[in-house]
This record gives sequence, C-alpha cells and structure tokens, in this order.
Amino acid sequence: MDQFTLNLLFVGASFALYIGIAIWARAGSTSEFYAAGRGVHPVTNGMATAADWMSAASFISMAGLIAFTGYDNSSFLMGWTGGYVLLALLLAPYLRKFGKFTVSEFIGDRFYSPTARLVAVICLIVASTTYVIGQMTGVGVAFGRFLEISNTSGLLIGACVVFAYAVFGGMKGVTYTQVAQYVVLIMAYTIPAVFISLQLTGTPIPALGLFSETTATGGEGSVYLLTKLDQIVTDLGFASYTEAHKDNLNMVLFTLSLMIGTAGLPHVIMRFFTVPKVSDARWSAGWALVFIALLYLTAPAVGAMARLNITELMWPNGTNGEAVSVEQIESDARYDWMATWQKTGLLDWEDKNGDGRIQYYNDKSDAMAEKAAANGWEGNELTNFNRDILVLANPEIASLPGWVIGLVAAGGLAAALSTAAGLLLAISSAVSHDLLKGQLTPDMSEKAELMSARIAMAVAIGVATILGLNPPGFAAQTVALAFGLAAASIFPALMMGIFSKRVNNVGAVSGMLAGLGFTLIYIFLHKGWLFIAGTNSFPDTVDGSLFGIQSTAIGAVGALINFAVAYGVSLATKDTPQEIKDLVESVRVPAGAGVAVDH
Amino acid sequence: MSDRTVQTGIKAAEDASGYWTANIRIIVISLIIWALVSFGFGILLRPMLSGISVGGTDLGFWFAQQGSILVFLALIFFYAWRMNKLDREYGVEED
Repeated sequence: MDQFTLNLLFVGASFALYIGIAIWARAGSTSEFYAAGRGVHPVTNGMATAADWMSAASFISMAGLIAFTGYDNSSFLMGWTGGYVLLALLLAPYLRKFGKFTVSEFIGDRFYSPTARLVAVICLIVASTTYVIGQMTGVGVAFGRFLEISNTSGLLIGACVVFAYAVFGGMKGVTYTQVAQYVVLIMAYTIPAVFISLQLTGTPIPALGLFSETTATGGEGSVYLLTKLDQIVTDLGFASYTEAHKDNLNMVLFTLSLMIGTAGLPHVIMRFFTVPKVSDARWSAGWALVFIALLYLTAPAVGAMARLNITELMWPNGTNGEAVSVEQIESDARYDWMATWQKTGLLDWEDKNGDGRIQYYNDKSDAMAEKAAANGWEGNELTNFNRDILVLANPEIASLPGWVIGLVAAGGLAAALSTAAGLLLAISSAVSHDLLKGQLTPDMSEKAELMSARIAMAVAIGVATILGLNPPGFAAQTVALAFGLAAASIFPALMMGIFSKRVNNVGAVSGMLAGLGFTLIYIFLHKGWLFIAGTNSFPDTVDGSLFGIQSTAIGAVGALINFAVAYGVSLATKDTPQEIKDLVESVRVPAGAGVAVDH
Repeated sequence: MSDRTVQTGIKAAEDASGYWTANIRIIVISLIIWALVSFGFGILLRPMLSGISVGGTDLGFWFAQQGSILVFLALIFFYAWRMNKLDREYGVEED
C-alpha cells in the first residue's frame, strides 16, 4: 500500500471514530450537548480541555519553531503551560461559582453594563478571528501534505472541511469526541518521538532523551545530544541551540503575553463554567495541564532531534565532509520526503553553484563567508524550509514506518480541526447570541438566531482563509498574536472583576478599549493593517520596532495598560453599587454554588 | 434582632475576610514560585545557574524547556488541595 492510501486510511478512520462517538453520545442525552462537562469527571474534562486547547499551533507548528531557534523559543513552552496556573488560581473557581456560560455575560453582569458586555464581545471576536487565521495556516500545511497538493489548494479544501465540521457542531459539544481526539492527537505526537528518541539516544522517553547522550554516529566517544547539536549547527554558521540570543525584555514579555492570553481565551475558560463543583474547577485545570504537559514535555525533544536529523541528512559525511549530492536526494529512499514536501511549495532546494551537491548552511553568517568562498559555495542551497512542516515531516525524515506517518497526518488534522471548529462556534455564538440577540435585536426568533450564527461562521472562515493565504507568520506566531490580544483585553477585566470591588463599569470599559486598541494598533503597525503585507510602518524586528518590543510580545504591555486605565478611571468615577460588592463577595466563596444556568 | 444573630453576623463577616486573606496569601506565594521558575530560572537568572550542568547544557535551559512545566503542575495541584482544605476549615465548602 502506498503512503497516500495509508494517510487517507488513517485520516478517514479517525474521522469515522469521532463521528461515531458523537452520534452514540448524542443518542444518550441531548441536554449534555450544550453543557459538555457537567457530570463529567475532572480527569475526563481535563482531557477534553486539552484536546480543545492544543491546536495546529501546538501540534504542527511549535516544535518546528523550537527546532530552528532552540532556547529562544522556550517562551512557547513556558507561556502556553504557565497560563494554566493563572487560570486555576485567579479565574476558574470564581467564574464557576458565578454560574453563567459565557465570558461576556460575566463581564456584563459584574460591570453592570451592556456596553461592557458589548466591548467584551468585540474583544473576543478580534482575538478568536486572529486565532483562526493561525489555525488555517496549519490546516493548509496538513491538507497540502496529505492530499499531496499545493499549500494554497490545501488551505481552500481545509476551509471547506472546517466549515462543514463546525456547522455539524455536535463535535464540539460532546466531551467524549474530544477525549477521542486527544487520544489520537497525543499518540500521533508521542509515538514517532519515542521511535526517534530510541534511534538517537536509546532512551524510550523523548523528554529524557533530550538530555541524554547520543548513540548516533559522530566518532569520538559518546556526547550529549544537545552538545552535539550545538556543535554541528555552529559549524554551519547557525546560532547555537542552547544559548540565549534574544534580549531578556522581549523574552519575558513574550512569555508573559502567552501566559496571560491563555487565561483570557474564551474557548478555554468556558470549559470551567460547566464542571459540577467549584472544587472540581480547581482540579480540572490541573488535569488539563497534565494532558497538555505530555505533549509540551515531548515537543522540545521533537524539535532538537529533528534539527539533528535534518542537519545530518544534509551533511551525511559530517559537517566538515562533503554535502549530500543531488543524485542521492533523488535516488535514496531516506530523502523521499524532500520530493513529497516540494509539491506543497513549503520545501525547496537549488544547486546554485552547480557542483551536484546541496550545501545547507547559514549564508548570512560572516564566519561562514570565508569557508563558503574557499569551497566555492554560492549561498544556502536548502532554499526553503517552512517551520510548519517539521512535525508532519518528522517521521519521514527519520525513516519511520508508513503507518506512523499516516497517524501523524490524522493527529495534525485532529488538532487543527477541533480547535478551528471550536473557535468558529465561539465567534458565531458571540455574534448571534451576545451581540444580536443580547444587544441589537432582542426579539429575534430562534431560527433567525441560528441563521445569523451560520452567516457569522461563514464570514469568519472566509476572512481567516483570505488572510491565511498570506499569513502574518508561521501558525504558532499568528496564534501568539491572538494571545496578545486576549491578554490585553479579556484577562484584566475578568481578574479585576473578581479581585477588586472598586473597579466599576466606566473603568472596565475604558480599560478593555485601551488595552485592545493599543495592542491591535501596535500589531498592525508592525505586521501590516489587517495583516496585509506591505502596509506596516515599522519592520517586525526587535531593533526596528517602535518601542524595541516585538509585536508578538506587546500583549503583556497592553494588559498593564488595561489594568492601569481601568483602575485610574474607576477611582475618578462613582463607586460600584452595593449589590455589585455583594456579587463579588459571593463569587469569592464556593458555598452556595448552584448548577450553572443557561442565559 | 437579638445579640446572638448580630454576633453570628459579625463572626461570618470576619470569617469571610479571613478566608479571603488566607486565599490571597496562598495565591501570592504560589505566583512567586510560578514567576521564579519561569521568568527567574528559565530566563533572567539563567546566567547565575550556568555552572550547574544538566545533560549537555545548563539548569536554566532545563527549567525553560521542561522544569517550569513540572513546577506549574505541582503548583496547580497544591493550590486545589490547599484551597479545598481551607474551604472546610472556614466551612464555606459546597454541600
């Protein structure tokens, strides 16, 4: 059986599994459809949250970004897990006690203002739409590879599948489908990692393999995997893998933005509204992180080991020997993945100096210029290696069996589709339920509400697809921008709503608008207005940026502005009424928490 | 209103603020550890830890890529356990 059929088989089988479970669970109880999680054990709920949370950014993109930069991109690892600490300590138990279903409802009630609810809805739509753009980038890569077509065609087909998937809707609500998605996703991520870790270090646990001695070829006795990696990448003029090359300010702010954003994204927070008890909300966050950590502890190993494998494939005789020949790439089965990925347009090479070999090195390094001149190299000949293909290509790069490659394709699609569909549902319910029914046309019929939800979904996916064709960055970088926006707008409002009785309606609204406005404008100034390339006023680099802070890291500053403005304005305006102070008091203690009620 | 209900009312108010103060204290301690392992050991204090080597690199690298995640897990489970205990001490747990 060829690889294409095998991929199709795995993807098809996993989809049949999700749909089967959705139908089975639906037949059991329709009321659980809307309140997924109620009456579900915290461990099960944690697993479903993990599936919901880990998207194309975590699965497809993150390890690739770590692989090509090393230590500097540790921010993704700390940021996307550290946010759960904020969520568990500062938000989850109190929002559960409050007992409503949506984030904007809490903000509307706590700040006794329909305007606050409206502003919260706008913040949610902006952050979620940006998030979907990142997902679509990942969907395009996954579909492009597994249907063996160009990235653009893959993206367009993927968009249709995501739309159908989200309209079908049941996928999202049924907790057990998400449990199945988690199982597929984590197996697809860890099984190839275990194989590769065994190949390179003899350790079956990739997280430990990363810090073990390597058994791979290399000559002079045993060396640590990371030591060896550092050595071969610096030999080729690249920055060392384990050292820091980014300034501390940007790294801290970027990590902080991802952490705060995690605790401010609606589709994650929503899961904690519906657990049976306040104490369960506390445990659920912990279990969710356990299941997330299984992937996040593996990811740095995947990145480092893939970088080592790729470099060794390009330099089969060592970094001081001869580079791989074009003939070998075309004939040796270990290089088949290069031709496959070339079809997607995300990988390319060119024998610039016509010596029949492909030299992969950093042609921007001054130290390499001399060596290149001496050897007649005319620039890096591995001309394109998109970071987002690394995880999906990883089993092929390591020459793993065909079924592992099929499994990874299924896992990548599960990650991208579940999160994209979940976000589209969040956007459509925000538009139809919170915006139209809650604000503009309160007497609209159920049918009209459903129709407007579908239209909102179609518009959102249309926008995300168009912008996804020319994304503002790799999948995980685009998603990082969404986190910055959520960090600057939603998280501070929620936190002040619980921890301060003094912050009032005017304060919260001004805070959210200031935080979102500042962050969005700063991002657009560097990434282009509405992410359209070429319309940016400042280059998107640390040195060229407006305040010396990269656009992906600005969310943390936006959050500080939100806090400061909200508090300042509140002090200058009227104190909160007594019933709001009582509401805050009651949210702070678990006793008397009823079942979450629908709006 | 009898003296007794007034006293119970005052007692309840004191308990509620005592419970909240205790909660804030646990949150602050947990967040100090949260920041220390990630922003501290993982980023800012990394040069200070460079002498301690772990599997081919230094301790700061380990904290940035794995250690902080493990500490985050421990923190969330500690907080859940400690708060559920605190709920019972102050009698504010759910039925």
